Amino acid sequence: MKHTLTPQRWLILIAVMLTASIGDTLLSHGMAQVGPVSMAHLGLLLSAMRNLWVVGGILCLLGFFASYLTALSWADLTFVLPSTAFGYVVVALLSKFWLHEQISIYRWLGIILIVCGVGFVANGPARTEHPGAEMDPLA
Amino acid sequence: MMIAHVGNVETWATIITVAATAVAGDVLTAGAMRSIGDLDDIRAQSGLVGAIKAVVSSPMFLLGVLCMAGSFFSLLFTLSNVDLSLAAPASASLTFMGNAFAAKLFLKENVDRRRWLAAIFVCAGVALLAK
Repeated sequence: MKHTLTPQRWLILIAVMLTASIGDTLLSHGMAQVGPVSMAHLGLLLSAMRNLWVVGGILCLLGFFASYLTALSWADLTFVLPSTAFGYVVVALLSKFWLHEQISIYRWLGIILIVCGVGFVANGPARTEHPGAEMDPLA
Repeated sequence: MMIAHVGNVETWATIITVAATAVAGDVLTAGAMRSIGDLDDIRAQSGLVGAIKAVVSSPMFLLGVLCMAGSFFSLLFTLSNVDLSLAAPASASLTFMGNAFAAKLFLKENVDRRRWLAAIFVCAGVALLAK
């Protein structure tokens, strides 16, 4: 199958990537304000819903879900997930420059490897044309 | 900012819980979306409401959402104990590996060499993230 994604479909993949990483960052910021949740105080998770950052994170993740489902309706799961893994880079940048977390050289290397892995998948076809077709024995 | 850290075992147990429930949710929703068909086409024919109706009336989709909700709450729990730059990529990458296996096994996707290579790179990336 040829690699034919329309600009609109690329936009949806970009939306999946951005909303997921921004949503996670908002949640993290909110949960840092809420404080550590222990097994003994799971009720704190419900009161976290009153935190504006957590609510903003949830709204972002709702947008993520809508675009993610749309992508899954025309592409393989194993295409959609790694294609959007560029979001890890966004998370790393947001963590470093906004949440001021320390990112070691190892984490940066890890992020680079993940991005390389994503490159392999993004170059391939989006959809398995013949489900159940014979698999490559080396695959 | 460093968040108070729990033990290593508990950190990874929460991250793996997030990943396992996410894989179940992803495979179920992906299977549901495949059986529903191209959402762009459905929206063109019966509008946004028709597309939403087609999605939420699928039992497989609803089961997938239940798993995703479980995953979401375990992610909230994890984020309150673990740095975002570890928790988010680690759980997402483990989810990705699990999904490669589950997609081949259950969705019969053609997980070819290119996709396995991607999985190996992502796994190596996760190992480095945990350092």
